Amino acid sequence: MGKELRLMKGNEAFAEAVIRDGADGYFGYPITPQSEVMEYLMVEKPYEKTGMVVLQAESEVAAINMLYGGAGCGKKVLTSSSSPGMSLMQEGISYLAGSELPCIIMDAMRGGPGLGTIQPGQADYFQVTKGGGHGDYRLIVLAPASVQEMYDFVEISFDLAFKYRNPVIVLTDGAIGQMMEKVYIGEQKVRLTEEEIKEKYPWATLGKTPDRERNIITSLDLDPYRHERHNIKLQKKYKEIEKNEVRYEEINCDDADYIIVAYGTSARISQKSMDIAREKGIKVGIFRPISLWPFPKKALRQLSERVKGILAVEMSAGQMVEDIRMHAVESTPVEHYGRMGGVIPTPNEIVDVIENTFVKS
Amino acid sequence: MSDTITKEQIFKPENIVYKKTDLMTDNVLSYCPGCGHGTAHRILMEVIDEMGLQSKTIGIAPVGCSVLAYEFMNVDMQQAAHGRAPALATAIKRLLPDKTVFSYQGDGDLAAIGTAETIHACNRGENFTVIFVNNGIYGMTGGQMAPTTLEGMKSSTSPYGRDPQSMGHPLKMTELVAQLPGTYYVTRQAVHTPAAVRKAKKAIRKAIELQQQKVGMTFVEVVSNCNSGWKMTPVDSNKWMVENMFPFYPLGDIKVDGKLVKEV
Repeated sequence: MGKELRLMKGNEAFAEAVIRDGADGYFGYPITPQSEVMEYLMVEKPYEKTGMVVLQAESEVAAINMLYGGAGCGKKVLTSSSSPGMSLMQEGISYLAGSELPCIIMDAMRGGPGLGTIQPGQADYFQVTKGGGHGDYRLIVLAPASVQEMYDFVEISFDLAFKYRNPVIVLTDGAIGQMMEKVYIGEQKVRLTEEEIKEKYPWATLGKTPDRERNIITSLDLDPYRHERHNIKLQKKYKEIEKNEVRYEEINCDDADYIIVAYGTSARISQKSMDIAREKGIKVGIFRPISLWPFPKKALRQLSERVKGILAVEMSAGQMVEDIRMHAVESTPVEHYGRMGGVIPTPNEIVDVIENTFVKS
Repeated sequence: MSDTITKEQIFKPENIVYKKTDLMTDNVLSYCPGCGHGTAHRILMEVIDEMGLQSKTIGIAPVGCSVLAYEFMNVDMQQAAHGRAPALATAIKRLLPDKTVFSYQGDGDLAAIGTAETIHACNRGENFTVIFVNNGIYGMTGGQMAPTTLEGMKSSTSPYGRDPQSMGHPLKMTELVAQLPGTYYVTRQAVHTPAAVRKAKKAIRKAIELQQQKVGMTFVEVVSNCNSGWKMTPVDSNKWMVENMFPFYPLGDIKVDGKLVKEV
């Protein structure tokens, strides 16, 4: 954790982290509730400080394909958007996954479907964890629940993206993006030179030199058997990610009778619910998946063995709850409580649900 | 036998009168015999070779007949989603301003699904080169109507000829982008005769040279035939192209040194 302390919005902290981590390029299109990311970058002029490129694209479609071009050259590139913009990017994300290109895509989810609303939502869990675009691919999905995590997850995400040559989604919403909290800022990292990129990422298209064959970035292979081998290789990589990159937080789970499973904004609200419930003598704990994919299935299963009930709290009609049900032991009841269309649940609502569903029954 | 030369003599460097540039790979071209793509590929690669730019060049292949351009061009390449080549090229050139970057796109890719990317990259004056091969048809998918298909021209999705009342008018993208302040050199060429090939190569050379000066977008359209899609012999298709395509898509420079040299 850095030493410099600031009061920042989540979106601003994310943007500052991008500069400090030595990113090479941001390409984006304005959309509420995350437009502060590009605004902050444009004000800060990182191109004068670190040489980082900041470009407002003509659409989310162009932005995600700019990521493809930049990532194909081994550059640290990212974009940020919100639900409708994410839908537009799905083709590009599928290409990025198919061509195994590293990048960060921040998604500040809002209530849907369609243009929906600009208020916070968590109804795009399926889109980011189960697909969204075409083909068999997976995205690493991290869900910050504080402004500090909005900052910290940039470095983690770039590291994961390059370690596995895979897009990483930072899945958040307007509540985390707009709220202000104190945040510790890290040191300014130096951007990689072209020579360093060549050394670290020999696959990058930086110009064919006599010492190697030409580099090609493509997701196309018209030979089905060769293309199946490529798919098998991808699946092997995803297995590796599932083994190594599970992240979660357990709060007061040791003595808990009931567990709330929630991520991001819902997890923050649920902490208050937990406090209220414990004051009433109901032992509630929180299991917070940080990596939504890979989902912390093993830890959740173990936890489910020793509690009386699990409540999934999501700002959706119930999406993550499907993963919970799939991995929790059958003897433990799993219920869902959600608000939709941009409505945020209150801590007391959640306590009521726990009391009515588990305690009184 | 004294006036014939042996195989060994032919191979001697001093006896070589023509050879394929090393920047074209030995892979067998996927294009139909008679198609203009192969020639367009070759002159582009010859220019990169002659200018000594192989180690600095990054090319973008589109979706369409030339989707496999990276199999034939011996430079680092990326294959883009349909229509998005100018977005890739924009980012690459911005992140690596001293590289030579080109997109190689067909008419469906550039003038239909990728219209927004094309117009905006041109309007921002991105410093890369677009090679736009216009044959008035979707070749790879089997000869459907393209944005550049001529009025009355038959295709598999305009089997009775393109009716502009219901199917829209052929789009002159090159004239369109020439009007944007971000474009610096805009020209229309062809590769159907040796003279046209020489001219087209000169135009591509000029575009790549200008790119080194970072003056803005350089845009070279190559009007080509599609004998398979047009359902003609190669010779007939070239004749048809001269008689029908060229009057609507006239050859020559449209914008030079940032100034229109032709009424558009």
